[in-house]
Amino acid sequence: MLRNILLALVGAVVAMTGISSTTIQVAADEQFIPMLVYRTGPYAPSGIPVANGFRDYYTMINNRDGGINGVKVTFEECETEYNTKLGVECYEKLKNKGSTGASLVNPFSTGITYQLIPKASVDEVPILSMGYGRTAAADGRVFKWVFNFPTTYWSQASAFIRYVAQQEGGESKLKGKKIAHVYHNSAYGKEANPTLKALANKYGYELILLAVDHPGQEQKATWLQIRRAKPDWVFMSGWGVMNQVAVKEAASIKYPMDHFVGNWWSGSDADVVPAAAGAKGYKSATFHSPRSDYPVHKDIIKHVYGGDQAKAKSNSFGEVLYNRAVVNAMFAVEAIRTAQGKFGKRALKGSEVRWGLENLNLTEARLKEIGMEGFTKPVKVSCSDHETMGPIIIQQWDGNKWNIVSDWISPIREVVRPMVEKAASAYAAENKITPRSC
Amino acid sequence: MEIINFLNLVFLAPFVEMVSYPIFFSEVIISGLLTGVMYSLVALGFVLIFKASGVFNFAQGAMVLFAALTLVGLMEHGFPIWAALISTIIVLIVLAFVVERFMLRYLINQEDIILFMATIGLTFLIQGFGETIWGSNVKPLDLGIPSESFELGGLLLNEFDLFAAGSGAVLVAVLAIFFHYTRIGRALRAVADDHQAAMAVGIPLKNIWIIVWSVAGFVGLVAGIMWGAKSGVQFSLSLIALKALPVLILGGFTSVPGAIVGGLIIGVGEKIAEIYWGPLVGGAIENWFAYVLALAFLLFRPQGLFGERIIERV
Repeated sequence: MLRNILLALVGAVVAMTGISSTTIQVAADEQFIPMLVYRTGPYAPSGIPVANGFRDYYTMINNRDGGINGVKVTFEECETEYNTKLGVECYEKLKNKGSTGASLVNPFSTGITYQLIPKASVDEVPILSMGYGRTAAADGRVFKWVFNFPTTYWSQASAFIRYVAQQEGGESKLKGKKIAHVYHNSAYGKEANPTLKALANKYGYELILLAVDHPGQEQKATWLQIRRAKPDWVFMSGWGVMNQVAVKEAASIKYPMDHFVGNWWSGSDADVVPAAAGAKGYKSATFHSPRSDYPVHKDIIKHVYGGDQAKAKSNSFGEVLYNRAVVNAMFAVEAIRTAQGKFGKRALKGSEVRWGLENLNLTEARLKEIGMEGFTKPVKVSCSDHETMGPIIIQQWDGNKWNIVSDWISPIREVVRPMVEKAASAYAAENKITPRSC
Repeated sequence: MEIINFLNLVFLAPFVEMVSYPIFFSEVIISGLLTGVMYSLVALGFVLIFKASGVFNFAQGAMVLFAALTLVGLMEHGFPIWAALISTIIVLIVLAFVVERFMLRYLINQEDIILFMATIGLTFLIQGFGETIWGSNVKPLDLGIPSESFELGGLLLNEFDLFAAGSGAVLVAVLAIFFHYTRIGRALRAVADDHQAAMAVGIPLKNIWIIVWSVAGFVGLVAGIMWGAKSGVQFSLSLIALKALPVLILGGFTSVPGAIVGGLIIGVGEKIAEIYWGPLVGGAIENWFAYVLALAFLLFRPQGLFGERIIERV
């Protein structure tokens, strides 16, 4: 305890003086990846497992394989507190580090992603906003430097509606149903609204939109409206404390939890902790398994923690958001590996890694080789499609752990892709971008 | 035609809905009142310190977080509830002592703004210190308070909300008695009026500050328990302070009853606004509406509902 207190005092002094990132020396043959993290602030419970997942996967690649084809991965954390302004400052601070500058950046915040999009093409640092950020960036003809595979908010919303249709007995049964969207009142939270509206027009369900202001600690008014409207299904785009309070409030008004489905940022282990038994039955979307018994996990335990499972657990090992970061880090590593196939086994520049991202073809066989068979789905990126419109699955909390309770559900491409192209086209016109020919 | 429709949506339809669905409207009112008590719990901490020292303690939200984190952290280390509660109160008294010894003592008779800035610094220190010791993960807080929902005459009520409201009411009553009828309470009020005059008549200023910061810490602990039980104990508890500001503006910075009445008005006002007028503008208006409501009150009573009217000769 005394040690913790002394550490706390040192930590507080460090925090007060603004020394908030770890610095790592980068050799010429090392691939540098900046890490924008949030281990402090109101969103820290979500940020910590994400940061640990990235760190562990890169470390495992270095310790097990000696890096990516022998090129060691180096990384440096910078604390954003999930604050857009701080996130941009972190990016500016780290973009030129390493022998070749930043290989790519994972902003892990939709707000930060929006701010970095105009900078990416100027700095030639590709953005990998995996399952978040600007959905229109899926159109690679306009957004050459931005990638949001394996799937986006719009695709997710459409897959959710497809899931509801499956549960209700077919698309025709959606007519007359009430579906509420409880969303974080931010750029991120609003992303799914256009898709849900378009699908409401197509299928004839009534859409109820309920915004919750940051941070979402108080939501009684929202859940009173749910109680009054009695929607058949509730979809949630929340983050941080908003998720925990929403699950608790839903349980409090006795809303049927198996009809309450969060998006993939509303389905972490932390989200169901405060509601305890009340959260049983709550569902969320995801694009990877919540389990932690895949070969890649065994390798992390072996090569990062020296077989010490308890230590790994204390570092969020195996939690939903940890697993998501492992998937994200794997995408980054495989994109660099793909680029090395063209440019050589050396430290690569951002522009070269961008090529690797755009030509990434992660097959089932490759997933098996890297210990992730069944953990997530294959991905094939192309010049025009930076999203790939991958499928989602639904997981459900049983009171102790998350379990997969659906098959993989594909998005409704014929609705979503035209919307993506329209939004990308509008962005191109607004920013005087000439779309590439793919 | 559009104007008539707009006027109808703003000035008529919400009231028709309230009258047409009286049970739901009652639920909104009760929900607002119960939430208001929770706001009052946070606002009380501000009032206590402002009343006794004239300092607007920006760190009150951080104290709520720190108190709850300490309690739940000790429980995670195997302390039984009663021992964790007592230990947390002792930690808060130590914190009050440290704040007086290393911060306030050097700022006697300084400008209010300097004291205010010092509490901003204290906020970051307490937040960083608390998180470093106890971590940033969401910690469930279960003190065995029942939290089942039940229907009464068509109204959905929750046992925990009622318990929180009862606790808040008891706390306010005890504090009101403490301030008005005890010797320490009178000394606190004297210090608030004038530091130097209070010292001149023999009131030990330093002890008074330690007492009041300790009591504010205890109030923060109660607020932290109530809010922490709903959302889990985590950093965002410190942002609860933002919910207390309109309550303080409305109720007055120096009135304990003002904090509770202000909390109730803000709680009910924001719920009614969100549910009946929110959909007209896309929702999520309750945060800023609370400030609008408080500022509207200021037009008529600049000192707040129960605040002391300040008259200065020029």
